[in-house]
Parts: sequence; C-alpha cells; structure tokens
Amino acid sequence: MSAATAAPVAVHDPYARPGALTPAGAPPIVSVANLEKYYHRNHVLRGCSLDVYPRETVCLIGRSGSGKSTLLRCINFLEEPTVGTIEVDGVKVDADPLRARRDGSDREKIRRIRTTAQMVFQEFNLFPHMRVIDNLIEAPVRVKGVSRDQAIATAEKYLAKVGLSEKRDEYPNRLSGGQKQRVAIARALTMEPKVLLFDEPTSALDPTLVGEVLNVMKELAHEGATMIVVTHEMAFAREAADLVYFIEEGVFVEAGPPEQVIEAPRDPRTQAFLSRLLQRT
Amino acid sequence: MAVQAATASGAVAPIVLEVEAAQRRHRVSFQLQFVLTWAVILGAVALFLANTVKIKPDFIAEWLPFIIGGVWITLAISILSIFFAVILAILGALGRLSANPYFNGVASLYVSLVRGTPLIVQILFIFLALPAAGIVIDPFPTGVIALAFNYGAYLTEVFRAGIQAVPHGQTEAARALGMRERQVMRKVILPQATRIVIPAVGNDFIAMTKDSALVSIIGVQELLYRAQAAGRPTGQSFSTLIVAAIMYWVLTIILSFFQARLERRMAAGDRNR
Repeated sequence: MSAATAAPVAVHDPYARPGALTPAGAPPIVSVANLEKYYHRNHVLRGCSLDVYPRETVCLIGRSGSGKSTLLRCINFLEEPTVGTIEVDGVKVDADPLRARRDGSDREKIRRIRTTAQMVFQEFNLFPHMRVIDNLIEAPVRVKGVSRDQAIATAEKYLAKVGLSEKRDEYPNRLSGGQKQRVAIARALTMEPKVLLFDEPTSALDPTLVGEVLNVMKELAHEGATMIVVTHEMAFAREAADLVYFIEEGVFVEAGPPEQVIEAPRDPRTQAFLSRLLQRT
Repeated sequence: MAVQAATASGAVAPIVLEVEAAQRRHRVSFQLQFVLTWAVILGAVALFLANTVKIKPDFIAEWLPFIIGGVWITLAISILSIFFAVILAILGALGRLSANPYFNGVASLYVSLVRGTPLIVQILFIFLALPAAGIVIDPFPTGVIALAFNYGAYLTEVFRAGIQAVPHGQTEAARALGMRERQVMRKVILPQATRIVIPAVGNDFIAMTKDSALVSIIGVQELLYRAQAAGRPTGQSFSTLIVAAIMYWVLTIILSFFQARLERRMAAGDRNR
C-alpha cells in the first residue's frame, strides 16, 4: 500500500475541526503533512497527516509496531522522515532522507522545532550525572540563553507544579520511576515549549506509579497545554484528549473525539484493538 | 544489620548476635593468616638473599637518595604522559566514532599503527630515527611523547567503548532539548563516559609508571636509569635494582590506593545511594 492508495480517514476530518479551545480559523501549531517513513525497506509510516491546534490534546493510539511512536519521533526529527513535511509553530522542514540538504539553516530549524516541541520519553532519560535542578536548567541556559537565575526560578516553579520541590538537589537515581517521569515533565516545561510530545510516558512505570504521572498530564491538558500523547492509557485519552487518532500499519484508520473513537469506534480494526485492550485489563 | 534486627523485632535475636560474632571471628582470622603469608614469604626471600649476596649497607645508604630522586622523574613522566594520552584518547575516540571518513581514518590508522608496534621500538624510533629527518628531541620529551602516543592509542579504544556505553536515550534526550551535537557530547555524553572509563584509565596509569622504565634506554634519568647508573660501575647492580624494584612496587601500591578511593568516590556520586 503506498501513500497514494492509502485510504483517507473518512470518519473524521481533522482539518475541519480546530481544537475545542481554539478560536476558529487559528492556524495549527503542529502540522504533519503526508508523512512516510521507511526503516530500510520496511514501510512503517504510510502517509500520515495530522494537524494539532493550540491548546489541543491529541492522543495517538494503536498496537505496538503500528508506527505511533515513530510518527511522534518524526515530529521533532529524532527520526528522519522519508517523505513529507513537518511544520511546528511556523517552522517548516521537509523530509530529507538523503541528508543532502541538511545544511546549517535546516539544522537550525530542526533545533527550533525541538525547542518549541519538547519531548517526554518512555524511559525518562534524565541525566544521571546532574542533580534534578541541573537537569532542568541545562537546556534553558545553554540552548535558549536564559540567565542561570531566571532558569532556576522557572525550574523551581515547574518542580513545584509536578510536586517535587523537595527533590531539587537530589540525583535522579534517588527517585522512583514516577518521580523521574515527573522531573522529566518539569524538565520539558522549563523550556517553556509551545507543544509537549509524550512518547508512552507511563509504559516503563510500575503500575502503582502510573497515576501520579497521568495526574500531572491531565492537569496540563486541562490548563490548555498543547500535547501530543502516544499512549495505551485509554482512561487518560477518554478524559484528557480532544482528539484521538487510531493508527494501524502506518496509517490513521480512525480519528475523532474520544467519545467516538474510544466509546463507539466505527472501524472494525479500531474495535478489535480496543476490545483486546479491554480484555487485558 | 544489628540495627535492622533490633528495630524490626524490638530485641535482637540471640542467633543473630551469634552469627555476627562468628563472622567477625572469621574476618579477623582471615586477615591474620593473610598478613602472615606475606611476612613468611618475604622474610624467607630476604633471609636467603642476605645470606647469599653480599649487600653493603653503606653503599646503599650512599646511593639511596640518588636512586630515589629518580622516582620524581618517573612520576613526572607518567603524569605528563597520561595527561596527553587522555587528550589523544578523547580525540581518537571521537574520530573512531566519527561519520567523517577522514577523521575516522586518521584515528583508526593511529590506533592500528601504535598498537601494532612495540613501545620500545616507538621510543627508539623517535629518539634515534627521527634525527635522520632533522627532528631532534631531548630524551625527556621523547619519553613523554612516546608514552603518551602509545597509551593514547590503547585509551582511545577505552574511551570509544565508554562513549558507546552511555545509553542512546541520553543522546536523544539532549537532542530533544535542542542541544547542538557538540553540547550533547560535552555536557551529556563525555561526563558519563568519563565515569565509565576511570577504572581503566587508572589501571593504565599504573601500568604506565612501570612502562616508563623503558625510557631509561634513551638516557632519561628516571628510577631504573639511576639504579643502573649507580650499580653497574660499582658491581652493585643487585642492591640498586632491588631498591628500584621496591620503589616501583611501593609506587604502584600507593597509586592503587588512590585509584580505589577515586573509584569509590565516583561510584558514590553516580549512584548516590
């Protein structure tokens, strides 16, 4: 199946629906156009288009290997897309699998996209050789050129937000998984990004620690942060998402508000996925 | 252990105290026998030598300061060499991991060439062969250059492995925060790689203090050179070489002690438990 023949998402047209909290006519802040990704000869993404409007929370769901993480990682160019265009906050970069045009200006654009759209990883990826506070201020100081004092003030604000002010001077290895992930969220927030990308943020966590991370994320979603979340947590998607995209074999099969995609899926593939997920729990 | 037992049950069970006492007895008796073993072997060797070789205490007393003075030269060479070797190793490791074929090629050639030839050949080559090309270097800098180049090549592979041992997620997180590749390397990867390679660098430093004896052949007045200079003309090589050997041994014991302490400190900083 190539991009040209891939069935468009007929059930819901994401372009027609600016986020619930966004004034009509506002431009999307993240725009993924016709994205394709090959790993060697393996066609992982087969033409995905996605617009995310400011203050929206979008959840990407699908079984493992469906391409949802790859899509997310293409948005900030941790993966190089093979075909397509990414636009984040007005910065537009075309796929360049041969890296022929990855000159200085393109690299700068990618760095701007990365600063605008901060990612939270499944494995937290905190820097183990830095204290929590240094984890948070490293990038604002070095990448954004924020003064150290100001970065510390911002960092402390977001540490308080995730409820970990008292861990300010600890090293990451002293923290539980849930605390690590909350620090990672605070680290992303300290960059004051316009978009947050979450790549299965609770999948590496002990089940008892999932809640504390999801609570922080729900709070962010309700406060109007723009978030793209790859997740298996259907309860979170139901509560926090404005839109849910179900992806299978590299194409969006169904998209819409959670009441539709999760509560009343129309596509048989979505139905099969959800029923399997529900059986498990 | 005792504290845990006490807090858990309110009182320490007698069996716990008995086990602890037995473990303590075993530890003490092990250490005693260990020390005894060393003392017996070393004492026997010393006794045997004292009865078979004529050692002149006056002679040793006279030349001891001269020989011991070589320890400082040995240390100076080793410290300078390991310093430059580490710099070469970081550059070499970045080269070996580089996507740039020229940089990578240079680094790989360096490692292959230096590891493929004996250290003593390298020392003699710089000292005896390079003058034919008009490059004349004094013995001391020759020794430092040769040792730094040699150990730099071995440490290149150590640093390369150390960099590769830092999880890829660290690179991704740093990139996702918007850092430039250079910042990713300097602020995130190298500090973590350094911790990983410190034990190996410490080992190589200790090995190097011993290998530095090789530069005596080009006339650097370090420990071994002085031992030979004092012993050969007077026919007292036995005494002077024994003194040199003991000096090297003591030196490595002291360095090992510092290495162990450094490793413990690094481990503590890393885990922070």
